[in-house]
Amino acid sequence: MNRREFSKLGLVTGALSISSIPLGLSRAEGQTRGGILNTIIQPEPPILVTALNQQQPTLTLGGKIYESLLRYDFDLKPIPGLAQSWDVSPDGLTYTFKLFPKITFHDGTPLTADDVIFSVMTLLMETHARARGTFARVEKAEAPDPLTVVFKLKAPFAPFLGAFDCTTAPILPKHIYDGSDYRKNPANARAIGCGPFKLKEWVRGSHIHLVKHQGYYRAGEPYLDEIIYRVIPDAASRSVALEQGTVQLTQWSDVDAFDVSRLSKLPNLDMTTKGYEFFAPHQWLEMNTRIAPMNDKRFRQAVMYAIDRKALLARVFFGLGRVATGPVSSKTRFYEKDVKQYDYSLDKAKALLDDMGLKPGADGKRITIPYLVPPYGETMQRASEFLRQSLGRVGIDLQLQGVDLAGWAEKFGNWEFSMTMNLLYQFGDPALGVSRTYISSNIRKGIPFTNTSGYSNPDVDRLFEEAAVATSDAKRQELYSAVQKVLVEEVPIVWLIEQDYPNFIDKKLKNVITTAIGVHETFGTVSLG
Amino acid sequence: MSSIALRLTGSRGIAVVLAVAGWLAKFVAVVLVIATFSFLLVHAAPGDPAQVIAGQSGAADDKLLSQLREEYGLDKPYIVQLATYLKRVVTLDLGYSYRQQRPVLTLLAERMPATLLLTGSAFLLALIVGITLGTLAGVRAGKWSDMMLTVISLLFYAMPVFWLGLMLVLLFSVQLDWLPAFGYVTIGVPMTPIARARDILWHLTLPVMSLAAVYLAIYARLMRSSVIDITHQDFIKTARAKGLKQGRVVVRHILRNAILPVVTVAGMQAGSLVGGAVVIETVFAWPGLGRLTYDAVLQRDYPVLLGIFLVMSVIVIILNLVTDATYRLVDPRVTTRSAS
Repeated sequence: MNRREFSKLGLVTGALSISSIPLGLSRAEGQTRGGILNTIIQPEPPILVTALNQQQPTLTLGGKIYESLLRYDFDLKPIPGLAQSWDVSPDGLTYTFKLFPKITFHDGTPLTADDVIFSVMTLLMETHARARGTFARVEKAEAPDPLTVVFKLKAPFAPFLGAFDCTTAPILPKHIYDGSDYRKNPANARAIGCGPFKLKEWVRGSHIHLVKHQGYYRAGEPYLDEIIYRVIPDAASRSVALEQGTVQLTQWSDVDAFDVSRLSKLPNLDMTTKGYEFFAPHQWLEMNTRIAPMNDKRFRQAVMYAIDRKALLARVFFGLGRVATGPVSSKTRFYEKDVKQYDYSLDKAKALLDDMGLKPGADGKRITIPYLVPPYGETMQRASEFLRQSLGRVGIDLQLQGVDLAGWAEKFGNWEFSMTMNLLYQFGDPALGVSRTYISSNIRKGIPFTNTSGYSNPDVDRLFEEAAVATSDAKRQELYSAVQKVLVEEVPIVWLIEQDYPNFIDKKLKNVITTAIGVHETFGTVSLG
Repeated sequence: MSSIALRLTGSRGIAVVLAVAGWLAKFVAVVLVIATFSFLLVHAAPGDPAQVIAGQSGAADDKLLSQLREEYGLDKPYIVQLATYLKRVVTLDLGYSYRQQRPVLTLLAERMPATLLLTGSAFLLALIVGITLGTLAGVRAGKWSDMMLTVISLLFYAMPVFWLGLMLVLLFSVQLDWLPAFGYVTIGVPMTPIARARDILWHLTLPVMSLAAVYLAIYARLMRSSVIDITHQDFIKTARAKGLKQGRVVVRHILRNAILPVVTVAGMQAGSLVGGAVVIETVFAWPGLGRLTYDAVLQRDYPVLLGIFLVMSVIVIILNLVTDATYRLVDPRVTTRSAS
């Protein structure tokens, strides 16, 4: 599909959505209305304003309060959000969005194109690192009428239409934030958005209580009256809450991997790993390629051969996910599966290490390497122990060092590490979530989640840059396939697992996972029946 | 200060004023030293709040980090930050948590009642049951009932508190379904104040039982050995010789003398009452101060951490005074000795 066809598709879906409004209404009458959904939020978010804080719990809960222009189906194709239709000019430079009428914020003020332009061009540019990367490419934004927003880009940027989910581009009320110090605005405590639910009460350390937004623009929605997010810090207690029916929904790492198969057998629960397609969390072993022996391709390939990733998936992640074959997740667009394969082979690993001249000493050890255990819970601890054992078999002795999140982020960001594990989201498009780990221009000291491994290859830089601005999907696929082949050969990073997360859903609960952002969605159509 | 001095006349009054003033000066000095040390301590840990937020967001850039550091006041030299902090301490201003977007005092005040309810109840329960069981065991030293009590208290003492908590949840919540597994009140149900109090009591039962178990074991063990020790003293033989009944001997003569070590230990442990009980609060999702502290450590939320340290140190100093007063109440000789 070329760019023009793609934009037509946008128009068609847009048109369909308009005609589906009455359909939605009649369907709504058949839904069970009312009820309270109890679920879990952990760790407790510091604030609820997603434009100001993008920690995962903030985004999960904030998705009910803040909306954006688009939503995305499981294949990451855009579907209407606040925008009922949209159009992309053939040159890929002009994006026109038509908003739904009668959208109101929780304080009753109507949402107009001005709020959209203010949020995207002013507020998010100041507060949201990920949004800044995309919206800095906009030359100007205009509102020809209160329900139309036009973005003109400086140069084509293919994934632009993929940046309007509620976690990247939440729309905030201009009349509250304009001219204020955003982070210190007292209205942050009230978290005023335009989503189907609004904040009623937040008892710190206990729960966050959301109630129906009466003026919601989608007639009939939300079906639920209330949502209560409970803060339950202990994993065993969270499992008990699910077993006892105190909560009807869990997400992300609420349930420990080892508890998943047991809870999956409970008759009142469904388990699905859908709804993480947009994030496509990619788990890998990261090496500092600035220092020996990680600066040698043969060493990195040897590590790739030495890890039995199928066993890692089965034993540590309890089968939740797939073995990662390269830098792009198979859930993300432009994935290339025809790349060099690294089967589990201790012999190949040893041969490569021998070839480098890293011979085993009297104790069988070739080299000792410090390893930072990532502070992201029990599963990461176990995965790190698995890696130590795997690499120990070929004579690479990993010394595990435990640190907490602040210490890890500092050491890792400042390149004071040799090896660690890392998990990154892909955000639906390689230009948004993948290239950042490999391109030279993103080697920035002190900042986590940049190109921390220090890998630099002009060919890779060029391919990623061309792919980001190419206007046809076919051309993009060609470029991304090429770059994936280069990277898998060079192994700047040892990709391990495309990690899946379990959503446990009470069988009475309907329509929970409907889009590629799953539990982050508005929950307007979720019902208890 | 001066108005008090005016009302007090004579050298005795001046002595009292001087004593109080001296005590206050010591108090302020200790608090300032603690404040300085805790400042140095929290800043000695690697990483800062900006990096934590970046680490939890999965994406960051230079602008975000420098914005956050500026907002948190971390862009200034340590010595300036320390001076600002001490100035605030002196003016009784605990500061503002930018991370949580609220004043530290509000955060502490929100969490304090839940913590005091939990730790206070557990402390009282542990004292009453521990002293009773310890005394019973002590006077029956060597008999099977003493053995039983000793074994049980050792068991409680050795058991990890989170494990005991989880086992109680499994038994009373999951299997029997008698008591709620976590939380401090039923959420989302409107209740009358009395129903709410009962509901909180209901939620309080398991965490208090788990938390009290360890303290209880300590007090019972202490009390037992102390009772055995006192029982062999001459004045007890005298009491028995003059024909006092066993009950009266135990309550009036043994208990009162044997309780001193327990008061000492309990006084020391009372400080941890305000600190909360991180483990129990975590297992039972109890919204107390312990969890606030723990989260603040992980998130490097310096203002909250420093606020907690400061409030705790003040309360510990006050509790030490209360313990001293309790000695005098239990054992009049303490007063005589210190006065002479």
